[in-house]
Amino acid sequence: MLVIGGSAGSLEVIVRLLPALRRDLPFPVIIVLHRKSSSDSTLVDLLAAKTFLQVKEADEKEELQPGIVYIAPSDYHLLVETDGTLSLDDSEKVHYSRPSIDVTFESVAECYGEKACGLLLSGANADGTEGLKRIKAFGGLTIVQDPATAEVPFMPDNAVAFAVVDYVLPLNGIIEKINSL
Amino acid sequence: MEILLNDVLDRYGYDFTDYTKASLKRRITRLMSLDKFPSFAEFRFRLQKDRMYFDRFVEEITVNVTEMFRDPSFYLTLRQEVIPKLAACPLIRIWHAGCSTGEEVYSMAILLKEAGLLHKSIMYATDINPDVLEKARRGMFALNTLKLYSENYIASGGQADFSSYYTAKYGLAKFDMALTEKMVFATHNLVSDRSFNEFQLILCRNVLIYFDKVLQDKVLSVFDQSLEPLGFLALGAKETLRFSTIIPQYRQLNKDRIWRKME
Repeated sequence: MLVIGGSAGSLEVIVRLLPALRRDLPFPVIIVLHRKSSSDSTLVDLLAAKTFLQVKEADEKEELQPGIVYIAPSDYHLLVETDGTLSLDDSEKVHYSRPSIDVTFESVAECYGEKACGLLLSGANADGTEGLKRIKAFGGLTIVQDPATAEVPFMPDNAVAFAVVDYVLPLNGIIEKINSL
Repeated sequence: MEILLNDVLDRYGYDFTDYTKASLKRRITRLMSLDKFPSFAEFRFRLQKDRMYFDRFVEEITVNVTEMFRDPSFYLTLRQEVIPKLAACPLIRIWHAGCSTGEEVYSMAILLKEAGLLHKSIMYATDINPDVLEKARRGMFALNTLKLYSENYIASGGQADFSSYYTAKYGLAKFDMALTEKMVFATHNLVSDRSFNEFQLILCRNVLIYFDKVLQDKVLSVFDQSLEPLGFLALGAKETLRFSTIIPQYRQLNKDRIWRKME
């Protein structure tokens, strides 16, 4: 299970990352991007056009399938259940964000343990650092976009400073790593 | 967590066992941390012994986050597509199931007032938490949220001066009693309580996401029993009737999360 989190400056990375992923990806991918609270489908449509992998907005009670990319809907926190389904929560914002990266990362860590991989990208706040810590605590893999290559380095910098990060990589490195998981 | 929920069911008769687990776990962990419990055992013990703490438990593990005119496009649809169809009813009965602190109910009251229908409407607002109902009854919201609510109101097609609906005092906005007069607040637990009336419009937004499939279907059946033919059922932005057993009698309004019960 790969979970990706990002904020300002991360969309450009995702847009270049998705087409480079192998078509036979053997695990589901969840993407949590900080987004405005309108429910239009432009983000999902944009990402869907970039890859042969199926891209959809996450629906509650939906069963996670390998090779499908699930996008966290705006104004909800996205959680995973131990039975492999997704669920939504509309509680308080975390780091002023809903969806919050921490919330999803923590949920994935608890359900997937060593099978979890968390990737944190460019962004302007600290959301995601606690989540990466939790993934590490449960035996998963943590990757952070090299702050030097990030449009807004605060988010990855914060993670490098406070979380245990297995890899700090630029986009090419990230692509290679994911395709070899 | 299973142990805790069974305790709660045995001791207080509240059944949280069919709620979605991930969210509930998060809420419980949050509460334990907020109230500084050193261990799960202590938390469990306190819950068993202290009825007042149990009340706090219920209030904190259920999600009460709400705002006025949340998802303005939803309210725009209500304004344009739903409320005009209710206009012909001699008495409009609306059920806000899981109304929390009432922001949704006050939004509805404003919509009805602007449509000239408030005088013949009653809004039944129910929630599992008596304390949030108290807050809803008072009709007072923090002034610092009003800017957002005002923006939402305008985005939902509101053309009046939003501030004309409340008076500001001590950092709070108190909404017009004329709106509150048409509201009836009562506790109601969607898990265990039955249908109590028939309505032309039921709103239950962002409550079902916290229930597992079985419970969702049970609750939707209660709504079905409580809805008059041609009545409307409105759910949250990411909720759907599509997989429920009641769907055959319902038709969805375009892409909005509003369904109409066919005759």
